[in-house]
Amino acid sequence: MSKAKDVLLDPIFNKNPIGLQILGICSALAVTSKLETVVVMCLAVIFVLAGSNVSVSLIRRQVPSSIRIIVEITIIATLVIIVDQFLKAYAFGISKQLSVFVGLIITNCIVLGRAEAFAMKNPPGLSFLDGIGNGLGYSIVLILVAFFRELFGAGKLLGFTILHSTNDGGWYLPNGLMLLPPSAFFIIGLLIWALRSWKIEQIEEEN
Amino acid sequence: MSRDSTGKILSVAFLLCLVCSILVSTAAVVLSERQERNKIEEKRKNILQAAGLYQEDLSIAEQYARIEQRIVDLQSAWFTEQFDPATFDSRAAARAPETSRVIPESLDLADIKSRSRFKDVYLVMDDGQLQQLILPVHGKGLWSTMYGFVSLASDLNTVNGFAFYEHGETPGLGGEIDNPNWKQQWRGKKIYGEAGEVRIKVLKGAVDKTSADAVYQADGLAGSTLTARGVDNLLKYWMGEDGYQPFLARLQEQGLKR
Repeated sequence: MSKAKDVLLDPIFNKNPIGLQILGICSALAVTSKLETVVVMCLAVIFVLAGSNVSVSLIRRQVPSSIRIIVEITIIATLVIIVDQFLKAYAFGISKQLSVFVGLIITNCIVLGRAEAFAMKNPPGLSFLDGIGNGLGYSIVLILVAFFRELFGAGKLLGFTILHSTNDGGWYLPNGLMLLPPSAFFIIGLLIWALRSWKIEQIEEEN
Repeated sequence: MSRDSTGKILSVAFLLCLVCSILVSTAAVVLSERQERNKIEEKRKNILQAAGLYQEDLSIAEQYARIEQRIVDLQSAWFTEQFDPATFDSRAAARAPETSRVIPESLDLADIKSRSRFKDVYLVMDDGQLQQLILPVHGKGLWSTMYGFVSLASDLNTVNGFAFYEHGETPGLGGEIDNPNWKQQWRGKKIYGEAGEVRIKVLKGAVDKTSADAVYQADGLAGSTLTARGVDNLLKYWMGEDGYQPFLARLQEQGLKR
């Protein structure tokens, strides 16, 4: 049981895909200017990660090693297209805001990385937990980044006004940089710093 | 059969492709009706928004009742009754050889290669008087073709609203063409100069509000020069000689008599 727990919880802080492995940064920069889009993006990534991990794990003994990457990518692409179609039908506004970035989950290194590194070697149950865990690890970073960007960039959280901005006659002067992608770099950098100060074993040796 | 034999590779690849394609096509077919409905609603909402008539608390169908949809033949520069406006699809018409017009490269500012000879336009009427004329426009941005509406006031020169309803520009950069503040600035801008030339321009950077030309200029978008240039180009094309200009001139002259 403890192994399952580790598989599920380790990726959240101890082996965070963004924080430790620095994977999946591109979507973390692009979609995090608002919390609402981030929540949908995270759900999509969790679904794709869990789904691809289980599917890859189920057929791992059948897949010839020479074509295994193609097989993994095909499964991931299928899941991503289904998610994309689903969002277009049921969450049209958000899918418009996310635009290409749902499709780009296909190239998110976390998904292929987990399929190749974990699901190819482990049974479906554990792979499922690993997918959920990594999805959560990704989500927690994105949600934190979006929290700061939306709060300081627009004075809002999930669209509700928290800091009354000067544009609407309030006192808060929004920080425009926060709405631009580079600010996500700064926040992720600070988060990684905080994470490594807390868990010093994650600091890489200098060479 | 061993795991790495050619036969096994081919059969695994075949089965995988079969299963995946069934899943993908099922999702696409089952959901397409809903997606289409969303697109139509979205388009109508954008027409209303371009006209500045959209109210969030009313149903779109109710608000859309004010708008009259008609088809314009750009070649004869006048309305045509050849098509049923409710079912006319100008994108399909742009693809069909008999209704499409290949745009000569020298005129193709919007980089769209060909366009439909017929365009769907939307009239906002009040007491038999034309209040606003809403024209669909499109053109290449950085990544995608951007589709939008320009709404002109009854002088057929002043912009009432301008908004895109479909594009694939980068969110946060070119995608800021959806930003309400950016869209807001178009209100009151003028398209044509004194001599009837297309004078509207999207600048790189902000408009100098004190300049005499400010009424013909719109702010660019920080960090997305190419998207802003696309917007500039498509306005120049569609408002120009090869676009709506002849039709607008004739409408100006004759009024809406039928």
